[in-house]
Amino acid sequence: MEQAVKTESTSIAGGHRARMRRERWTRRLPLLPALLFTIAVTQIPFLMNLWYSLTEWKITPPTPRTFTGLENYATLFTNTFFRSAVWITTAMTVGAVVISVALGLGIALLLDREFFGRGIVRTLLITPFLIMPVVAGLIWKNQIFHSLYGVLNWVITSLGFEPIEFVGRLPLWSIIIVLVWQWTPFMMLIILAGLQSQPTDILEAARVDGASSWGLFRYITLPGLRPYLELGALLGSIYLIQVFDHIDVITGGGPGSTNVPYFVYQRSIGGGWDFGQAAAYSTVVVAASIVIATIGLRLLGGLLPKEETA
Amino acid sequence: MTTRRVRKVGERRSTSFILGAAAWLVGLLFFFPVFWMLLSGFKTELDANSSPRLFFTPTLEQYREVTAQTQGLLGFGEAIMNSIVIVGVSTLIVMLLAVPAAYALSIRPIKKARDVLFFFISTKFLPIVAGILPLWIIARNLGILNTRLVLIILYMGINLPLAVWMLRSFFKEVPPALIEAAQLDGANLRQQITRVMLPIVAPGLAATALLVVIFAWNEFFLAVQLNPVDGSTIPIWITTFVSTRGNFLAKLSAASTLAVLPVVIAGWIAQKRMIRGLAMGAVK
Repeated sequence: MEQAVKTESTSIAGGHRARMRRERWTRRLPLLPALLFTIAVTQIPFLMNLWYSLTEWKITPPTPRTFTGLENYATLFTNTFFRSAVWITTAMTVGAVVISVALGLGIALLLDREFFGRGIVRTLLITPFLIMPVVAGLIWKNQIFHSLYGVLNWVITSLGFEPIEFVGRLPLWSIIIVLVWQWTPFMMLIILAGLQSQPTDILEAARVDGASSWGLFRYITLPGLRPYLELGALLGSIYLIQVFDHIDVITGGGPGSTNVPYFVYQRSIGGGWDFGQAAAYSTVVVAASIVIATIGLRLLGGLLPKEETA
Repeated sequence: MTTRRVRKVGERRSTSFILGAAAWLVGLLFFFPVFWMLLSGFKTELDANSSPRLFFTPTLEQYREVTAQTQGLLGFGEAIMNSIVIVGVSTLIVMLLAVPAAYALSIRPIKKARDVLFFFISTKFLPIVAGILPLWIIARNLGILNTRLVLIILYMGINLPLAVWMLRSFFKEVPPALIEAAQLDGANLRQQITRVMLPIVAPGLAATALLVVIFAWNEFFLAVQLNPVDGSTIPIWITTFVSTRGNFLAKLSAASTLAVLPVVIAGWIAQKRMIRGLAMGAVK
């Protein structure tokens, strides 16, 4: 009898546990297809790439793949072209992010007020972000920067100065300008969202207490905008560290404008066909991205509400 | 915001006017390159390849020429069909996978939903260039280089994490009390989804799909690496107008206008929600 009761209760507990397990899996089930697909498509190529980077593998002239350990990494930083590519990547990413966040902040402040045609102005401003990068690069190169037919040079010569060969003489800056043109709208919209979620009563109270406009901005608005500025800079960095399209159509990776992604491309399927070495170069991009991602995810972690850990 | 006043307290009318004018100036300045492209597409090559001019006799000649089919070259019809199929199919599957996933991360969350969400977004930090060699080799071995299939799969890979991320933030806005109330009223899961949740998240779904479409439509790197010969999309078609011999500015402008038009119009329509989904996903 006692035994029977015990068995009964364990079987009830067992049934309960089985139900719990089933319940957990019905909750997980909708997630699985997306999760498994993402793991397959994003993680496998990177693991393969890591493996390639430890081998000597050239397509022209065709040589069999041999394991060489860390040899590809040993020569990495002595390669002056690679060092230059690292520098260009840093300058391009930091330059474009800093300038577009700063401009975006200024423009967001201008738009955070009622004025005639505000919706139209915002629509005009977001347009560059929607433009295909290939088109953005080609239009700027051929119609804005061009030394004969470019609008910018027409303005410069009209003011009595000598025309500037932008793409030829300032390749890095030419690309940064186009990137800033495309990314400022994005930054502006994120910062504008931040401005509009500010509690107006605090601003109001401070204003009544006689705070100056600059004081309000410096001590209330700017600290409140911090998460939005960080988010903009983070998302911008993720995309801008891997710029390819703009470089390809504006300079074709000429001197002074080849970043690491473009360099990897040139060294592998872009004509170099040295897969082992190129894989090592791109592993460095991954490492750099992981550093940014760690910082970035920590920022996002602080931003996400805690209840989701449950 | 409705609570905002026309002018901030203590701001003079003249200051307000100047700041409004400044905003217009900046807006027009940023739009100018797009306007110039639009204009140049209606010029003759002679007009386009001369010192900048605002007034000219408009012509549709360039549009006729860029859409004309030349034997053996990537034509507009072929490129746009490839783009529509690749972008359409990949977006459809992305949404079909992302909606249930976002549901499991927000409305009825699994344990460790936060970690899973972080995994999704962390894949966006991995530079595509570091995966291109293996992808190229896998695609070549599977014999899917220069097919629509390879880009459909990869555009799903690019956009799925983004879609999950955005949809989750929209799903979070469905008040749990509303779902509970529906449950008490005896609504089953399907009714809860179609009657309660869908009406609330529908605009978010549309905005997410649009953003996914935009990123896929504009993608060039993977397209040019994997599909340079066949299955080529609109961005590749654009680059065929750049020529080292002869004038191409007007033709390039007309082609560019055709290429960006669908996405620009979609983006204009969805502008507010799109950015809210991206930004608020992290902040709220």
